[in-house]
Amino acid sequence: MTRYLVRRLVFLLVSLALASIVLFVLLRMLPGDPANALTSVGASPEQIAAARHSIGSDRPLPQQFAHWIGQLAGGDLGTSFVSSLPVGPEVAQRLNVTVPLTLSAFVLAVLIAVPAGFLAAYKRHTWYGALLNGVSQLGIAVPVFWLGMILIAVFALNAGWLPSGGFPQDGWDAPGDAISSLVLPVVTVALVMSASLIRYVRSAALDVLGSEYLRTARALGSSFGRAMWRHGLRNAAVPVISVLGIELASTLLGAVVVESVYALPGLGSLLATGIAQHDYPVIQGVLFVSTLAVLLIGFAADLVQRIVDPRLRGRLSGGGVR
Amino acid sequence: MKRRSPTLWTGAVLAGLVVLLALVSLVWLPYDPADTSGGRLAGPGDGHLLGTDKLGRDLFTQLMTGSRIALEAGLGSVLIAALIGVTLGVLAAYAQGWFDDTLSALLDILIAFPTLLLAMLIVAARSATLGSAILAIGLAQSAVVARLTRILVKRVLAQDYITAARTSGTSWPRITAGHVLPNIWPTLVVNLALQFGLAVLAEAGLSYLGLGAPPPNASWGRMLQEAQATFTTAPAGALAPGVLLVLLVIGVNLIADGLRDVLDPTTRRGRAAA
Repeated sequence: MTRYLVRRLVFLLVSLALASIVLFVLLRMLPGDPANALTSVGASPEQIAAARHSIGSDRPLPQQFAHWIGQLAGGDLGTSFVSSLPVGPEVAQRLNVTVPLTLSAFVLAVLIAVPAGFLAAYKRHTWYGALLNGVSQLGIAVPVFWLGMILIAVFALNAGWLPSGGFPQDGWDAPGDAISSLVLPVVTVALVMSASLIRYVRSAALDVLGSEYLRTARALGSSFGRAMWRHGLRNAAVPVISVLGIELASTLLGAVVVESVYALPGLGSLLATGIAQHDYPVIQGVLFVSTLAVLLIGFAADLVQRIVDPRLRGRLSGGGVR
Repeated sequence: MKRRSPTLWTGAVLAGLVVLLALVSLVWLPYDPADTSGGRLAGPGDGHLLGTDKLGRDLFTQLMTGSRIALEAGLGSVLIAALIGVTLGVLAAYAQGWFDDTLSALLDILIAFPTLLLAMLIVAARSATLGSAILAIGLAQSAVVARLTRILVKRVLAQDYITAARTSGTSWPRITAGHVLPNIWPTLVVNLALQFGLAVLAEAGLSYLGLGAPPPNASWGRMLQEAQATFTTAPAGALAPGVLLVLLVIGVNLIADGLRDVLDPTTRRGRAAA
């Protein structure tokens, strides 16, 4: 296990290094000059040159890259070209919104999808099995921003129960307001996420229900519940865990749309502003933190899979399902 | 091949509705798309089937031209994803060792990044047009297609008949054309159909964020964004484009499910995306 952990950590670091190189090079390939964002429209060539010099974009690329990596190694995400504020604290503040949003939505989605998926598989020949299947079909097709708009119209504008958007100025110092402003976004994300999760859970559960080992356990006198608990869940969990990892990562990064619908100051909206302003340090900072999160989630998913399924222990990375 | 699939037919009817709208819009529209004579935010009826938008343009006309954008986005993205994804996937499957490992690691990271995020970067690099959106979505999806293709090709290459073909001196290109592609295309087609639906949703999302086809093109995503502020006073504009989006995507997903039933008898029905 120790040997595996070491190899897996090396793999993680190499991936992170690869990803930061790709990230850096791709961003520098974008047309458009970040100095334009700093200067007014009629700026003289000297002013533009001065702006470039002040943010360091006139230096050779390898030097810029080395500078960035050096900063990262010291735990510094750099300074925004546009606001001249450090990126690290800004990212941390945005994470205060995005992380609670993502994690609560994820937990809610799992709580909905796992029982619903099992039920949809076990009762697939009954009308409510078919209904569950239909609802998840529908949920996959609904754009997340439209669901958000509808929920706002129904629960905020019509009923007036919850705020229609925004996040309290005081943040988590006003816990009641903060929580109530996250309820609708969390429900929106959780519903969309559970729609696709149900299908994976259902498929994994169907595989288990048709398996030889379950039949054997039943033939040896085990009750259905006990056989399912001892053998079924463990086997069904393996493919579902890797899907869960992917879903969690992509929700964390994909929160930009929901944040836009509900006007939340999260990581996604920071990235959107950064992209619009060609603010490289902000874009790099957000994407670097996101990549790190994606890799860590993948790492965690692999670890959990290996704990659940001893057969995977000879392999470096858990089996992907998608 | 001759089995009937009710799923396939239901899907074809739903998606067919949108295709019909798009085809009709090529030859006939109820109003000129730029005609604002209807008055702002008029309710349904009175010469306008669904009313008008906040500039006074006929909503149904906008929906019809929007159907073209949605279908173009789906088709264009899937074509790009298929072209790049299948090529990369086949190459990675033939390659062994570090090239294969590196490529799969990179693809894994790329796949974890949502399509929309990659698309935002690419759209920011170019400009916000339908073409950029399609290119961006197609590129992001090609990572998914490449990974699937790689797995599928590897599975075929492990078969005994490939070894037999190799031993008898068949070249790799002939093996690819004669054995590999015929074996993997049913699964690929099903996945590409699912990608079509995802591409339509991604384009709507980009347009909602203001990164899709620029005004005055009526992308459904942008129509929804514009109607959001007047949801309670003029609900038709905030509902109709969403309903059509859902119809199209469900239709395409059902087609994918139906194709899976028809093309691959060994796969169980209702199995999630391969």
